[in-house]
Amino acid sequence: MAASAKSGNVIARYLPVYFVLLAISFLEVFLAYQHFSTAGLLAVLLFLAVCGGALAVMYFMHLAQERRSLFLTLIPAIIFVLLMMNMIWTDSFRLLHMRPFAH
Amino acid sequence: MSESEVAMHGNGALLEASPYAIPSRKLIMWLFLLSDAVTFAALLFGYGYLRTASSDWPTPFKFNPSILNVMIMTIVLITSSLTMLGAVDAAKLGDKLKAKRFLWSTILLGVIFAGLHIREWLSLIDEGVRLFQNPWGSPLFGAAFFSITGMHLLHVTCGFVAIAVVSRLYTRGRLTAGHVETMGLYWHFVDLVWMFVVPLVYLLNISR
Repeated sequence: MAASAKSGNVIARYLPVYFVLLAISFLEVFLAYQHFSTAGLLAVLLFLAVCGGALAVMYFMHLAQERRSLFLTLIPAIIFVLLMMNMIWTDSFRLLHMRPFAH
Repeated sequence: MSESEVAMHGNGALLEASPYAIPSRKLIMWLFLLSDAVTFAALLFGYGYLRTASSDWPTPFKFNPSILNVMIMTIVLITSSLTMLGAVDAAKLGDKLKAKRFLWSTILLGVIFAGLHIREWLSLIDEGVRLFQNPWGSPLFGAAFFSITGMHLLHVTCGFVAIAVVSRLYTRGRLTAGHVETMGLYWHFVDLVWMFVVPLVYLLNISR
């Protein structure tokens, strides 16, 4: 019985995170229908997605409760890889502006 | 000596203490998720590359049915993360019945998500979208859309099948609460990926 009561508490404990994640999702849909430029909308949506993702990793996946060494091993590595992937953009813009039919 | 004690303090003179203070299976799951995150990132970057380089990228997603469907899918998936948390917690407390109920709730929500996902696919296929063609513009749209969402759907499907196996073996006493927790990490990751797929693949391509 005590175990069941404690188990109910974990849902209540994570409900704020759950509602914030839902709010972020609804906010994203709302913003998508506002008159932003594509680049502006991309920046806003990415920022919100990163916030939601960080909440999920830190609280749902309990990374906040693990040793800092695990955080320092995983997160800088993924950020480094994601930053390195950004080198493709110059080529994609080149393709858009230098294709024959663009002239 | 418990698993966590071994992870924290090592096992006598034979094993060093883990620098992360977690069991090996959990560390391996984290490393798998790291590599899987890079895979999804590569897919999303590839999609971004194609979208930027195409002058006639289509924007086919109407509020009803596509975006509405996606919102329901998001609610279902985030709720399944909450039930997974309940399962992990109940398993840690040794309440097998409650853990099983939460795990099967998670599976049910995963199946509903997959059903909605397939409904979305069928709706687009009905409008003429295929892997290498669509009625609106760049033929690469179908390839990018079905690759990314298909990869995610594959993860969801593997996830609820794996949860069913873990649930069965855990209730029979062949797996521990640690296994349920590791399974939970995977399921939350599937949820995490969806948070990036929705804005980048759907919301940036809404029909105005």
